[in-house]
Amino acid sequence: MPADTPPTTGIAVEVHDVTVAYHRKPVLWDVDVSFPAGSLAAIVGPNGAGKSTLLKSILGLLPIASGRIEVFGKPLAQVRDLVAYVPQRESVDWEFPVSVFDVVLMGRFGRLGWFRRPSRADRDAADAALHSVGMTEFRDRQISQLSGGQQQRVFLARALAQDATLYLMDEPFAGVDAATEQSILEVLRTLQQQGRTVIAVHHDLQTVRSYFDFVAMLNLHLVAAGPIETAFSADNLKRTYGGRLTLLDEVTEAVRRGGTLPRSP
Amino acid sequence: MSELLRLITLQDSNTRMVLLGTGALGLAAGVIGALAVLRRRALVGDALAHAALPGVCVAFLVFRERSLPLFLLGALVFGVLGVLTMNAIRRFTRIKEDAAIAIVLGSFFGLGIALSGIIQRLPSGNRAGLDGFLFGKAAGMVQADVTLIAASSALALFGVVALYKEFKLVGFDRAFAGSLGWRVSLLDLILMCLLAIVTVVGLPAVGVVLMAALLIIPGVTARFWTDRLAPHLALAGFFGMLSGLIGSALSAVLPAPESSLSRGFPTGPLIVLVAGSLFVLSLLFAPRRGLIARWRTARRLQQHIDDEHLLRDLYELQEANTPATLASLTARRTWRKGSLQSALRRALANADVSDRSAIFTLTDSGLTRAVRVIRSHRLWELYLHEHAGVAPDHVDRDADLIEHFITPELLAKFEAQLALGDGDALRTGAALGVPLSLHPPGSSTSEARP
Amino acid sequence: MNPILSLPFVGPLFSYDLWVIATASLVGALCGVLGCYLLLRRLSMLGDAISHAILPGLAGAFILSGSRDLVWMLLGAAVVGVLTGVLTAGLHRVAKIAEDASMGVVFTTLFALGVLLISFAARNVDLDPGCVLYGLLEFTPLDTVRILGLELPRVTATLAAAAIVVTVVLAALHKEIKLVAFDPALAAALGMRPTLVHFVMVALIAGVSVVSFESVGSILVVALLVTPAATAHLLTDRYARMMILATILGALSGGGGYLLAKHLDTSTAGCVCIVGAFFFLAAALFSPRHGVLSRLARHATLRLRICREDILGMLYRAAELRSRALSRDELTQGVGSTWLVDLALILLRRRGLVVTHDAAVRLTERGHIEARQFVGTHRLWESFLTARLGLPPDHVHAAAHKAEHFIPPAVREKLAQDVRATQPSTSPLTDPHGRQIPGP
Repeated sequence: MPADTPPTTGIAVEVHDVTVAYHRKPVLWDVDVSFPAGSLAAIVGPNGAGKSTLLKSILGLLPIASGRIEVFGKPLAQVRDLVAYVPQRESVDWEFPVSVFDVVLMGRFGRLGWFRRPSRADRDAADAALHSVGMTEFRDRQISQLSGGQQQRVFLARALAQDATLYLMDEPFAGVDAATEQSILEVLRTLQQQGRTVIAVHHDLQTVRSYFDFVAMLNLHLVAAGPIETAFSADNLKRTYGGRLTLLDEVTEAVRRGGTLPRSP
Repeated sequence: MSELLRLITLQDSNTRMVLLGTGALGLAAGVIGALAVLRRRALVGDALAHAALPGVCVAFLVFRERSLPLFLLGALVFGVLGVLTMNAIRRFTRIKEDAAIAIVLGSFFGLGIALSGIIQRLPSGNRAGLDGFLFGKAAGMVQADVTLIAASSALALFGVVALYKEFKLVGFDRAFAGSLGWRVSLLDLILMCLLAIVTVVGLPAVGVVLMAALLIIPGVTARFWTDRLAPHLALAGFFGMLSGLIGSALSAVLPAPESSLSRGFPTGPLIVLVAGSLFVLSLLFAPRRGLIARWRTARRLQQHIDDEHLLRDLYELQEANTPATLASLTARRTWRKGSLQSALRRALANADVSDRSAIFTLTDSGLTRAVRVIRSHRLWELYLHEHAGVAPDHVDRDADLIEHFITPELLAKFEAQLALGDGDALRTGAALGVPLSLHPPGSSTSEARP
Repeated sequence: MNPILSLPFVGPLFSYDLWVIATASLVGALCGVLGCYLLLRRLSMLGDAISHAILPGLAGAFILSGSRDLVWMLLGAAVVGVLTGVLTAGLHRVAKIAEDASMGVVFTTLFALGVLLISFAARNVDLDPGCVLYGLLEFTPLDTVRILGLELPRVTATLAAAAIVVTVVLAALHKEIKLVAFDPALAAALGMRPTLVHFVMVALIAGVSVVSFESVGSILVVALLVTPAATAHLLTDRYARMMILATILGALSGGGGYLLAKHLDTSTAGCVCIVGAFFFLAAALFSPRHGVLSRLARHATLRLRICREDILGMLYRAAELRSRALSRDELTQGVGSTWLVDLALILLRRRGLVVTHDAAVRLTERGHIEARQFVGTHRLWESFLTARLGLPPDHVHAAAHKAEHFIPPAVREKLAQDVRATQPSTSPLTDPHGRQIPGP
């Protein structure tokens, strides 16, 4: 557990009127959503709807054109140590010469800062994280020798080793087998029981209702957000997946052609 | 012979210097270069080495003095300038990294050549000093050079040790490093500056192109031997050092070519050729990743598959009461050239098969093994058919590919899932636990399979 | 006899210099057109690799044949050049080494081998490594050959022949090369054999490297292969135009480089690189679409336009609400920087859209009509966002504030229809705040 008890009430992430332009093309229009602390939240939407973009904006990996984002009521820079990130599996070089344990230990690097070496305690934390995803027996394997599900577990273990309060995950269930999916879900539930917040980009509509308790539905703009029982309705699903609003697309294209999306003053 | 003795015992102070210098250079270049190669920036070292040349010329034009430290300072400034230019091209234009490297290489080097042409016309200047930077003159190394190389190498190695975990994370997962709030581009720049330091001090020793070799080859070679970063870097340093040492030693020992103006064999190319040889040896002989090891693994696997196919064919021919001859076995599937004969040879040697006047029959031990093979084949077929909904006439092909990799644990799982205990699915071969084939008996004899 | 005098046209009309310029331009054009392929395949450094790696090919050919005859040199170089391409691709595929790293291993080792071979052969050949690096363009007209009764510089004649071969191959394989450069996977799916096309290109580059390096040196080949192609890439988005531009830029670099070298009295090869780099720098800064300065200028113009339109909008709203003018300070508060407002006001006044009276700014009749358009678009977009995306009315202003400057009349018309469908048809259109939406 982290030294300071994580805020289990209130707002974990507040996205306020955020517009994000990627290669100058706006991919998110005025998204305004608050993820409650202690929730297990899904971000759903069709391909190219801006799901990963929203996640990366929260992490400060993409510049936002307008609006602001707060994590636990503060700018990200002040609370970075409270945030863990699980990128998409395809984003890294799996041929890189590191072992499973090396990757998990990377989760401790954030709190170490530059130049400092991982201590005994950091190594123990990494081992514990590895154990909790059931990957201890693969500890010294080279990462390219893992299956897709095992790679995903390693990424999850790295996030656990970060011992964060907020977990942002980009498609944690993508391309994993059923057994891995269940064990990842168990880990996410445990995190929630410990009072932590999980926000995951999710693509399997069948499982949204049973896995998550909060949902944000995106399609270039926020269609709906709220507790799963109310927000994840057939009507909202139709509005999210029932084709783009052609006018929204046209305006998006017009703004792109118009040059740059100017930053707000 | 006495020459060799003097070399081995390091009595010749000149040889001692050259060995020390090239060894230290190889060590540092190997380690830093390995990191650059992992960052997919293998050729930046090459561009850097070229980009440093105008620095040497400018240093001479400004100070009008033939001083190595000043030359190196100029080279370092232009090397770093080259790195910054590459970054700027990548960042501000649509030109990609590879072209940015090539543009910086060509433009800076062209500037260097033009400047050296101007220097040549000066009363105080001649090209000889610059040619030294192009091709290197390791044999001329003196105490001061070695001290400089050793100090720079130590600095570069210290940088790698201090920022080891940072370089490791940035090399593996930039997005995650960014999410920790790290300045990824700053770390990249630090690495490139360390690269520039090593490159610049190496230029007078081995020259432009061969310096690039010393940066790239040891790092690529080391990857064949290990899967972990720390040993990888250590090995790259070791290979680099070994190349430096062996190359210099060879150049001192080998008789100089008649034509050569210098005293010995040219050192730079020899060092690179040693590094290249180490690479080729690793490419061929490294365990697991080497070509021979991989070829043998593939061959063993193919033989294993052939052996199992043979056992299965013999069993199924016996099932259909057809005598197994070379002809009937050949007809059952497309064997690669000679693979049936060699599988038979192995089976005969193993006493799994007996040869009674060109009719092959399974021995007791062969039968036991064949039953095991055929069991996993048919269970897998059944499993695919019942649980994966594959049509029976397509099942056999898939099963052919997978069955060879089915472990006993998996087999047990299939059995549990298919509830084979009720005896219904085991109409033939029940005593041996072999389920019935999905194909009518004999039908597969005519089937030619890949 | 002085060989210069035997050249045709030498004299006031076609001087010695012109022959050198022609040669340099030919090299530049040849390298430029082939470099486009390397650039698009992201293999720019392959030019560097090949031009270094051919050294052992030259040395080997010399040692085996005992002559410096061009045919032998070409053969040796082409063999080793293609070998470099094959080994690089092979190591990448078989041993899973990154493409740039395998390139680095192959060409540096071959180069080292070449230097060693040359130091053996150097006794009876003037094939010195220095010449390989920077060539001797200045002296090409001194070495002539007789073709069709004309006395031509040997190198120039060779280059001209190479140019014919390259033109024929590029013309014959134009669409294949284009597709392989853009999308090798699709090319393979269409049965175009991308590997074969690739090696045809590699062979051409190796050949051109050989015929060029003699005159301009290997480094120059590298620079000319990539820099003109990259410059052309900054100027156009079309492959055919890019090749033509790269050819011209390459030729200009060659000719310009020689003149610069003559002026500075230094190495031609170096100056050709410098001129090429200068073109690249100019394109990087001033290219209409992709140049850094053009982008900055576009951005500044855009900011000014947005500021002008914002001022019109503010004045319109002020007139609508309180029927009064705004002071410059009030405008500055709403828009941002003072100087931007001042500049915008000057432009607006000049176009007769606003008038300034006792430090109070108000719209003219024409200004009112123009402003209606932006305010209308703004309010339509607000209505659209609230009605179709369900955004709360107090959240949509920022988005509309940006979009209003970019929405073209056609899209605006569609927006109006869309919003009309969500509101009672009898009353005029209103925005989420209940204000009327003015027509264009």
